Amino acid sequence: MIDQVIRELKHYDGRPVKIMEVCGTHTSSIFKNGIRTMISPKIQLISGPGCPVCVTSPAYIDKLTEYSLKENHCVLTFGDMMKVKGSRMTLTEARAAGGRVKILYSPLMAVAEAEQNREIRYIFAAVGFETTAPVYSLLLEEIRQKKLKNLKLLTSLKTIMPALSFLCKKEKSIDGFLSPGHVSVITGSGVYRELAARYRKPFVIAGFEGEHILAAIYEIMNQLKKQRFEVKNMYASAVTEEGNQKAASLIKEYFEAGDGFWRGIGTIEQSALRLKKEFSAYDAGSGEEEVEEDMPSGCKCTDVILGRINPTDCPLFKTVCTPFHPIGPCMVSQEGSCGIWYQNS
Amino acid sequence: MKIDMSYGSGGKQTGNLINEVFLKHFNNKTLNKLEDSAVLNIKGKIAYTTDSFVVTPLFFKGGNIGKLAVCGTVNDLSVMGAVPKFLTAGFIIEEGAELESIEQIAASMALAAKEAAIRIVAGDTKVVEGNGGIYINTSGIGEIRKEGISISNCRPKDAIILSGNLGEHHAAILSHRMGIENQIASDCAPLSFIVKNLLDENIRVHCMRDVTRGGLATVLNEAADQSSCRMEIWEETLPVSPQVRGFCDILGLDPLYMANEGKMIAVVPENQAQKALEAVWKSKYGKNARIIGTVLEGRGVTMKTRLQGSRTIDVLYGEGLPRIC
Repeated sequence: MIDQVIRELKHYDGRPVKIMEVCGTHTSSIFKNGIRTMISPKIQLISGPGCPVCVTSPAYIDKLTEYSLKENHCVLTFGDMMKVKGSRMTLTEARAAGGRVKILYSPLMAVAEAEQNREIRYIFAAVGFETTAPVYSLLLEEIRQKKLKNLKLLTSLKTIMPALSFLCKKEKSIDGFLSPGHVSVITGSGVYRELAARYRKPFVIAGFEGEHILAAIYEIMNQLKKQRFEVKNMYASAVTEEGNQKAASLIKEYFEAGDGFWRGIGTIEQSALRLKKEFSAYDAGSGEEEVEEDMPSGCKCTDVILGRINPTDCPLFKTVCTPFHPIGPCMVSQEGSCGIWYQNS
Repeated sequence: MKIDMSYGSGGKQTGNLINEVFLKHFNNKTLNKLEDSAVLNIKGKIAYTTDSFVVTPLFFKGGNIGKLAVCGTVNDLSVMGAVPKFLTAGFIIEEGAELESIEQIAASMALAAKEAAIRIVAGDTKVVEGNGGIYINTSGIGEIRKEGISISNCRPKDAIILSGNLGEHHAAILSHRMGIENQIASDCAPLSFIVKNLLDENIRVHCMRDVTRGGLATVLNEAADQSSCRMEIWEETLPVSPQVRGFCDILGLDPLYMANEGKMIAVVPENQAQKALEAVWKSKYGKNARIIGTVLEGRGVTMKTRLQGSRTIDVLYGEGLPRIC
């Protein structure tokens, strides 16, 4: 069966088709499995805004670096935030300048850190999408239960559905979407139905194995051929129609929707998850910094995030913009389109 | 008992640390003389290397910093075709370190050195301010048994042999740091037996390299670059344990880029590949060895994927850290 799928995708010779993989893990798996080498060049796979690091505003990074340099303060973060440039410096540079920044592997490690060093005020860089938000809720539960006063969250949390809606409205050239697997585990497959029907685009949810992605591309191509625009869940082992209700209610308990600033795109209505007012004691000032800012000169990350170009089409790619010296945010993360293309092409 | 600054004073307590811990475990005629230098008998060409070890945590499943410090240097000597002979060990100990931990580390070093048949013949101890950390530098000398083994000697049509499963050290360390309970243990081990077996069988080894930081991807890129050729590896032959595979899937890590402390590649002529593989299998640390690829004309490293696609394998950029989502 998979051989037939590969054969048909390899020999496709119809009109050029543009499929967006929204999620960075899909982009990564496409490279790891060599999928671009297995399909017709007329099927263009483009990356979307599904890397939380790439779409985080420089002003948010500025706030983190400021905190790190304040006396008795320490910023806790995941590793991939370390190299993202704010308007002045990265967290790595802040640490070199004497700032206190600690890399964590799980949000829940923050509690142990804060318990052990009560005299330090910890700021947790809570960045991510629907997938990480429930873990931040669990972290908040722990903080409350342990009555910790020295650990707060600076959030830059986003939801992918408003961004997909924005893309459908603005970017007419996208023919179909490889829907994000991890996010769909939380949201469920039902959330894509309205967009699929309104904008006449196939939305196909896939897991991360090469076979899953190939089968999803095949499904999108078949739908386009038959002029059908449906939601198909090909990751049924993990994704249900309604999603993970427990995780969703955990998110709802602590967070509410607000307008969100996406680096490279701008403000997308109701696309942020903000801490509810009643939990403001655990908030280190989230959202205050999110005002639109210019992208670095010459950087085409906006066009990359919106699927207008591939990273290789940016004049800075592999010339002045590299993982060692990232100019735009897409080069920073292992999940960023430019970073993945640099590493794999 | 905790170490304080007096253990680094050069006086009575320094003497106690040396006599009651290091000499007790590293006991040998050369070291026991406590001269300013060790006087050694060396024949012919030598390989000489040094490495510093700063791992956190100090103790992990499958080993500790001491075992790592001995195996790391033994392996650097071995893959140059040398028989490891003598080791020096320098300790930088932060005040607050537990004396009991230092003794455990020294015992592991002695055990690893015995297994690799290398003698610890000189050392140094310093105590610095800090929070109980321990850092070890080891330097090693080995007698060259086979000359010409080099990272720049790979040739088209050579076979690439990997001595065992990837990613175990890195996964064990990360599991410990993240508090994840699993059965993954570091692969930390001396590679001297594998090398001995290959040389005993008269395999014409062109290149050997231990696969440490940066993982297999980085080592292969260095070999391809230095030898001006292309390395092609085959995904379906790469040995990775199901536990490490699962761990990597959850955290978004790639075993190709993960550190190992008891794995090596050997690049040998194609017509000797099977014989070489069998020689590697004879060592207890080479039981999962496989032929994982071939050397071709060209540049860079590529992988033929399980689905028969093609993927470029570049070196590791930055740290291989778990990502946000």
